[in-house]
Amino acid sequence: MADISQLEQLAKQVRRDIVRMVHAVNSGHPGGSLGCTEYLVALYNVVMKHDPKNFSMDGKGEDLFFLSNGHISPVFYSVLARCGYFPIDELKTFRKLNSRLQGHPTTHEGLPGVRIASGSLGQGMSVAIGAALAKKLNKDTSIVYSLHGDGELQEGQIWEAAIYAAANKVDNYIATIDYNGRQIDGDVENVLSLGNLRTKFEAFGWEVLDIHEGNNMTAVIDGLRKAQTFIGKGKPIVVIMKTEMGAGVDFMMGTHKWHGSAPNDEQLQKALDQLVGNEADY
Amino acid sequence: MKKYTYTEKKDTRSGFGAGLSELGKSNPDVVALCADLTGSLKMDAFQKDHPERFFQVGIAEANMIGIAAGLTIGGKIPFTGTFANFSTGRVYDQIRQSVAYSGKNVKICASHAGLTLGEDGATHQILEDIGLMKMLPHMCVINPCDYNQTKAATIAIADHHGPVYLRFGRPTVPNFTPADQKFEIGKAIMLNEGSDVTIIATGHLVWKAIEAGEQLAAKGISAEIINIHTIKPLDDAAILKSLAKTKCVVTAEEHQMNGGLGDSVAQLLARNTPAPQEFVAVNDSFGESGTPDQLMTKYGLDTVNIVEAAEKVMKRK
Repeated sequence: MADISQLEQLAKQVRRDIVRMVHAVNSGHPGGSLGCTEYLVALYNVVMKHDPKNFSMDGKGEDLFFLSNGHISPVFYSVLARCGYFPIDELKTFRKLNSRLQGHPTTHEGLPGVRIASGSLGQGMSVAIGAALAKKLNKDTSIVYSLHGDGELQEGQIWEAAIYAAANKVDNYIATIDYNGRQIDGDVENVLSLGNLRTKFEAFGWEVLDIHEGNNMTAVIDGLRKAQTFIGKGKPIVVIMKTEMGAGVDFMMGTHKWHGSAPNDEQLQKALDQLVGNEADY
Repeated sequence: MKKYTYTEKKDTRSGFGAGLSELGKSNPDVVALCADLTGSLKMDAFQKDHPERFFQVGIAEANMIGIAAGLTIGGKIPFTGTFANFSTGRVYDQIRQSVAYSGKNVKICASHAGLTLGEDGATHQILEDIGLMKMLPHMCVINPCDYNQTKAATIAIADHHGPVYLRFGRPTVPNFTPADQKFEIGKAIMLNEGSDVTIIATGHLVWKAIEAGEQLAAKGISAEIINIHTIKPLDDAAILKSLAKTKCVVTAEEHQMNGGLGDSVAQLLARNTPAPQEFVAVNDSFGESGTPDQLMTKYGLDTVNIVEAAEKVMKRK
């Protein structure tokens, strides 16, 4: 599925899934999910080499993805389901009792496509590095990807991992930062500024790339493709991807308020009205 | 009282190092990680023999636990090594989410547990680690008693699929476990059959329990002595069988009373056959600097404390 219009159509459907899922249980995190829709759609449908129908925990010979900012589980679940990891219909169980689609992703309920629990922030980079090291030991040349929130970078473990990956030339790994500038309490700049993120990662010894339009499908694909060209060159790779929290739903954009709140019935309809065309809702 | 002898005193951490070294040769999936304490954990031999399977992570324990979790995803069996304090309390959330909840096959190996770390003092003398680890669902918690048992335990946990906390220590202690004794996770070891009182000990307190058993025998008291190297899963059957006979118990451990082996035994008995119990353990206190022997005496974890507890608990029957 490399046709951009098809991918954009899929992104629209994923956004419908996101708002419907969080509305149904009046909880969850739509803002970051909407903002990372292009990234996950591109990653799972164009960029990564993977086998949704035959999920294995080891993922030998496959590219692996780790969602470190686990609260954006709605977009992760929707993308996993819509590329075949599990039935699309299962999205309706999100955050409900006895579901495999827990509030934050977990391996505990055996959901195909998930290889680590995440939710408590800052842990996914270390896990991704471990998986990348195992690939090197196994002479497996596939790539490990991870996604992190920008607010998440306030966690110290991220920087432990950043030091390690550069010092040990973990160069089969591409981390992406969802640089939307917002976190629960407000703008990242005001809560705890990250300063110059690019120079920070550069100083840590990483190859740093930018995706300036993280909600433009072509820009995301091109950016990740470019990142792939640095694989095997002795440095870990980070992509700073500028996105808009709430992207695709006008009233959820430009604010941190939709980080972790669900739309009411009226707001859901308003959102869905902005996401029309060939919809195939679960 | 059965006679126990030993030819030398050895540290349990060296038993871990020897076991890990053997695993390095026998199991190509075993990898090791250390947070700047390779010498203290006796991981040097593994590092030297298998540099490609050894990961020096520096003073960054949280990252170490995460990397270990990730390594399992490629089919590796990671053994992490650092002091018990930095293996548990410092990285509790990483263990909880990335290892335990994620069901990852990580072996968290912890040295310098308890008071016998000695002069470094309370910052390093964790006495809460067993409690922290045993509360995590499906976490296996093992605290072997001497060099041979630690070596055997290290080798055994590689074949157990799932997270394990392996606790050992710094000082040299009598190495009395037969070198060829098979280590069975969750299986108590009957050291002495007796009829008046059961003494259940773990780790460094096992040898002291043997010494206490000898002193009690001299006073005409028949003590049943059980070595509980696996605190979780606990060998319920062995403990209940012993208590059916003796009707009272002393638990002994180098750990806080809250959350330790004694707690697990008390819970088991309360749910089955309640019996008087005395706890030889640290009582809601931090440690301090001193020699290991001085500390064990000051904090009431010595042979004499087990003897006194046995005599006291027998009167409560």
